[in-house]
Amino acid sequence: MKSVSTGSGGKSRFLASLGMAALFVATTTAAGLFAPQASAQVTFERLLNSSKEPQNWLMYSGDYAGHRFSALDEIKISSAASLVPKWAYQTMAGGKFETTPLVVDGILYGTGQDDRVYALDGRSGRPIWQYQRALPVDIRPCCGRVNRGLAILGDKVFVATLDAHVIALDSKTGNVVWDVSAAEHAKGYSFTLAPLVIKNLVLVGVSGGEYGIRGFIDAYDAATGERKWRFYTIPGPGEPGHDSWEGESWKIGGSPAWITGTYDPATNTTFWTTGNPSPSNRGEGRAGDNLYSNSLLAIDPDTGKLKWHFQFTQHDQHDYDATQVPVMIDEGDRKLIAQANRNGFFYVVDRTNGKLISATSYAKVSWSTSKDATGRPVPDKAAVPTPEGNRVCPGAAGATNWMSPAYDPQTKLFYVTAREQCDIFATAPQPYEAGHAYYGSAYFPNDEAQPFWGALRALDPATGKLKWEWNHTSPAWAGVLSTAGGLVFTGDAEGNFIALEAASGKALWHFQCGASVYSSPMTFAIDGKQYVAVAAGSALFTFGLP
Amino acid sequence: MRLLVSFAFVALVACMAVALRAQEKNPFAGDARVAKLGEYQFRSNCAFCHGLGARGGGRGPDLTRAQKHHGNTDAEIFHNIHDGITGTAMPAATNGGIGVGMSDEEIWQVVTYLRSVEKKATAAETGNAAHGKELFYGTAGCGTCHMVSGKGGRLGPDLSSTGASRSVEYLEESVRRPSKRLATGLSEPMKDFSQEYETATVVTSDGTKLQGVVLNEDSFTVQMLDTREQLHAFEKAKLRSYEKTRESLMPAYDAKALPEKDLKDLIAYLLAASEQGGGK
Repeated sequence: MKSVSTGSGGKSRFLASLGMAALFVATTTAAGLFAPQASAQVTFERLLNSSKEPQNWLMYSGDYAGHRFSALDEIKISSAASLVPKWAYQTMAGGKFETTPLVVDGILYGTGQDDRVYALDGRSGRPIWQYQRALPVDIRPCCGRVNRGLAILGDKVFVATLDAHVIALDSKTGNVVWDVSAAEHAKGYSFTLAPLVIKNLVLVGVSGGEYGIRGFIDAYDAATGERKWRFYTIPGPGEPGHDSWEGESWKIGGSPAWITGTYDPATNTTFWTTGNPSPSNRGEGRAGDNLYSNSLLAIDPDTGKLKWHFQFTQHDQHDYDATQVPVMIDEGDRKLIAQANRNGFFYVVDRTNGKLISATSYAKVSWSTSKDATGRPVPDKAAVPTPEGNRVCPGAAGATNWMSPAYDPQTKLFYVTAREQCDIFATAPQPYEAGHAYYGSAYFPNDEAQPFWGALRALDPATGKLKWEWNHTSPAWAGVLSTAGGLVFTGDAEGNFIALEAASGKALWHFQCGASVYSSPMTFAIDGKQYVAVAAGSALFTFGLP
Repeated sequence: MRLLVSFAFVALVACMAVALRAQEKNPFAGDARVAKLGEYQFRSNCAFCHGLGARGGGRGPDLTRAQKHHGNTDAEIFHNIHDGITGTAMPAATNGGIGVGMSDEEIWQVVTYLRSVEKKATAAETGNAAHGKELFYGTAGCGTCHMVSGKGGRLGPDLSSTGASRSVEYLEESVRRPSKRLATGLSEPMKDFSQEYETATVVTSDGTKLQGVVLNEDSFTVQMLDTREQLHAFEKAKLRSYEKTRESLMPAYDAKALPEKDLKDLIAYLLAASEQGGGK
């Protein structure tokens, strides 16, 4: 038992209550109260057809297309105003709580800060088991001791950890089934993303773009943990694209892949996005386009072979990671990927061949004022960081960041959390040293201008045009959920969890969580009752109708 | 011979390690090359709040002041960077904190850098602090809205330690052009949001008009202090009107309202107040 030590109750009492909880689950499951399926086994078939069981949330973005849309409609425009809290689960941990939990047949599986993992009774929030990774002291998480969630297959949940391990836990007990090390954490390799399961493989992408790693995407056998393939996001000597790096810079060129990809079963292609080249804010010493940094990659999930790539930002010097969920949208016969990129452009790409269809700015942009022959925005020389500092928009936090967008097939709108902020980028050259920060420049808000601000924006993916926006008091770090009830849910930095009308952006309901929301919400149903869940502070909150 | 050399090397490394761990004395003090490395560390990890050149930003104080509010010794500065400052927005420079974390050696580089950019500005050199105090609580009227060491008004920022955290130029600009850059709530025990002293004008549902400063705000509510120092909390949807401007409630003191010499005396008073540990 990897239980988190509990406070007043003491260990034995906690174990006893765990036993009770397990017994309770067993009986109720047997009685069929929880489960539409007889077994909690999650097959690849179920993952492929996740839209047929909207009561469950089977993967990070809800489905393989990355829509973060739910067909559940009990909570709707007319009833949203009466939402009430149902339960809260406390991780008792500090730092940003970025998880999107999974729900399978009444059981909620989530992660927390410092690589906690837990299974809860989805109706009551009572813990069934808890796991806490014993993290070494020399891990290198750039941006908080965060984790964004799990993947599930069969009777295992998969977590990727800050010390660069991939771990399978038994979904009924939390016991470790296998545990493999992917890379050296002391050199700056870590995992923060929720893995993606395709067929019998568990796919993960690495973090560490601030430490001069060489990025990769890995696939592990779900049964054994054996690594089946690795795709390096920086081509080695002799591989196409290798010449896009100066000298030896490719060895420490970053290009992490720290957000969960999507999957198109029709073509058996998985889509992943990559982050900044290292050092993130200094191009000197890494002349060239720096492939495949800040790119969309189409990969064969069986072999790890690259089918095509599309690079959003060449030779990036502003930390414009392309690590936003690549959302699959079908428009008539056209098979597309839409992405609201951190660099301020909304891209639509043909997902059968990687050809750019359009790139439209959805926030203030100054790093690019021209496009190449294909319509792709290209960086301006004038935007390069200087010793004195150079004002560039978007700032280093981006026009958006890792928080998930949503695509609603009913409104046909793409919802994204946007930030309006310009930063001053000033060079701060530093030599590479394994395991040390490797930025190459500093950035900070331009304090002469108006204070920066944020909004939830609804974009028409066909045109890239803004349909409506909801202004936040300050820029938000919360993702978006859209539902068939005609709603979108998001959070703000002031701690509100908010329900808006999906067609108009009108606010219908909000709840003050007491801490900034750094997570993307999800929804599920048990016994026909719909719940909406969001992580904020140290608590996972769920809401439902009275 | 070789054994001796390596023994000497080990001893040297051990000494360095002890020096670093003891956190008492800067092993790099006065080393210009290290100060440059420290500047790059500072830019990557600290400039976001403290500004380029350590001159202070929206949130963090000017660190070029010789008199630092939370301690002036090398050991104190090291400790403040390493462990953060309780009750302020200053986080610990460990992994998961600011920037990407700094090693002990890198923190000492930053301390070395800060020493290299320090400027001394004392009350005595600036003006007549005693006269400044008379102005503050008298004809200049500052004390109506500002507090120093527990005496004065509440509408504007507490200025007890501002002398130690802002440059003289910044203070001058704040008096002459208060709306150019709205003051941030620096000297209060920091919350996890920064108060900006924006001006709010509210008309309640019964028609009462109130003006004051915004203490906090979100999309649905506002918390404010009105000009009569009364606290109010409103739901925005229930107000008849709510307007917020970045025009400060503080009047701009031009050279006619406050001659240059009086301005220097006023700032000398603020420096003297913080040198005495005002507000600590």
